[in-house]
Amino acid sequence: MNDQLVIGEHSFKSRFILGSGKFSLEIMKAVVENGGAEIITLALRRANLGGEENILDHIPKNVTLLPNTSGARTAEEAVRIARLGREIHCGDFVKVEVIRDSKYLMPDNYETIKATEILAKEGFIVLPYMYPDLNVARSLVDAGAAAVMPLASPIGSNRGLSTKDFIQILVDEIDLPIIVDAGIGRPSQACEAMEMGVDAVMCNTAVATAKNIPLMAKAFGQAIEAGRNAYLAGLGRILNDAAEASSPLTGFLED
Amino acid sequence: MTMKQTNPMEYSEGMEIIDSDMMEKILKLLGNYDYKKYSDEDVKQTLIKENLSLEDFGAILSPAAMPYLENMAKKAVSETRNHFGNAVCLFTPLYISNYCENHCIYCGFNCKNKIRRGKLSFEEMDGELKAIAKTGLKEILILTGESRHQSGVPYIGEAVKLAANYFSTIGIEIYPLNSDEYAYLHECGADFVSVYQETYNINKYEQVHLSGSKRVFPYRFYSQERALLGGMRGVSFGSLLGLDDFRKDAFATGLHAFFIQQKYPHAEIGFSTPRLRPFINNADNNPNDVHEKQLLQVMLAYRLFMPYAGITISTRERAGFRDNVIGMVATKISGGSIVGIGGHNLEEKGDEQFEISDPRSVSEVHEMIITKGLQPVYSDYIRV
Repeated sequence: MNDQLVIGEHSFKSRFILGSGKFSLEIMKAVVENGGAEIITLALRRANLGGEENILDHIPKNVTLLPNTSGARTAEEAVRIARLGREIHCGDFVKVEVIRDSKYLMPDNYETIKATEILAKEGFIVLPYMYPDLNVARSLVDAGAAAVMPLASPIGSNRGLSTKDFIQILVDEIDLPIIVDAGIGRPSQACEAMEMGVDAVMCNTAVATAKNIPLMAKAFGQAIEAGRNAYLAGLGRILNDAAEASSPLTGFLED
Repeated sequence: MTMKQTNPMEYSEGMEIIDSDMMEKILKLLGNYDYKKYSDEDVKQTLIKENLSLEDFGAILSPAAMPYLENMAKKAVSETRNHFGNAVCLFTPLYISNYCENHCIYCGFNCKNKIRRGKLSFEEMDGELKAIAKTGLKEILILTGESRHQSGVPYIGEAVKLAANYFSTIGIEIYPLNSDEYAYLHECGADFVSVYQETYNINKYEQVHLSGSKRVFPYRFYSQERALLGGMRGVSFGSLLGLDDFRKDAFATGLHAFFIQQKYPHAEIGFSTPRLRPFINNADNNPNDVHEKQLLQVMLAYRLFMPYAGITISTRERAGFRDNVIGMVATKISGGSIVGIGGHNLEEKGDEQFEISDPRSVSEVHEMIITKGLQPVYSDYIRV
């Protein structure tokens, strides 16, 4: 079965996107390999070129970098950080994060749309992190996003799919890949998101705070794959429809 | 000759007054804070909550919480991990001048203390910065005593500009400024400001700040707001534990940070928890009733109340304490700290502010962080 995640003109076998900011760099390789992740996000603010503990030195070369603009408070700052990422050869992918709230770290959808538009025009493959809102998602499509990354619940909360119904609307209505980002706490939640038809799941804290980090990466990789297969297989009818009535409801029809 | 004592609540000439009622609000809440009223049950209830109210914060700072430090520590580890992962940021302070015009009885730099005074020339500063940069650090905290004559804003601005040649993150811990002066230093390259109120008890504040601009309580209180109005990205809070009733001071410090975050949601919030230390000509200066247990209680209370806030662990504490609070509560630690003037490259030319307890180098602190299974982070900020 040739089921691939396509973002822009790039195809990936794995639908597990790994965040990198919360565990030790020395286990990076083991975590990536165990999870089978092909895309890894990194905060550009953590890049310490030529310096100590530079995250870029630890990411395996065969993995696609998805640099993020964390630390940006406005569209303008996000754009500047993204350009810096390109200058240091982090590629054309960028996850736009614009956050103006140090407590909940909620994305600012309005600034995110603005940054997406500018960066898409500059040839970036833009994956905006957003609060799941259909109107915003449509604007992001118009702005040139390559995928949309709605949050499942507040970042780092491990609370799972608090925004499930709204993510489902995006899955149903938006033609771009929908990548659930932030708040996924357990492999079962990642699996559930994939069963809904989400195209990929990104997670960081849930893996990084596990006792055995590489093993948890593996569990997420497997859960995401299982959820994807369940979605492709089509969930059993019992979950979708009410129990069958004993006599047909439409039996009165004559012709 | 006796000097006329000024009213600590009156602004001096040239001090900017901003439109804010935060001080009245906090002093009122502080006045009503009675930590003796909390019971064992109040603390237990608080520890099963996900989000802590101001009242809950009061409970975990109370004596009733002392038997629950272990439970608080477990909860703190999980909060710290969720918000910061296993990252621990490294930085070092650089004192550029120890001239001071304040008479603060607890501080080694106070203008009446006979110590060797000094300030770095720009050339000396460059040498010091270069030597520090060689250790791999990318974050620096620039400090001065409070003397607008000896270390004026233009002098500090030049220091910040020089530091920007070597460091990506620059913080300042200097005397309070007006918002346009903060804006100027921000333009020079500084993004983070630390100002510690020392104590929120106005009577005590008056007794320990005998003269100098620091005596003006409200001007100091509103420093963080003026810094944010001047465009700074983050502000830090702290009281000098042991100076007055530490529970009340820690309570007020937490409220101060909480209300600032609420009013300026974009601001990055940090805490420091300095305790009184001996200094030259006052070897007996000590943190009174704030022992390590109490200090940890304060740190844990900050972490549980504001889990997203950064907490710096001071070099005033011994290595064994510092090593155990990183990852649990603290997210930032200094290495290679010198609290005198010079000493990184050139010979020390001015005396220290206080006695440090952890003389380890950056690489030693780095190794320690790795041994703890944590990740040393040198760069955690991009200036754009």
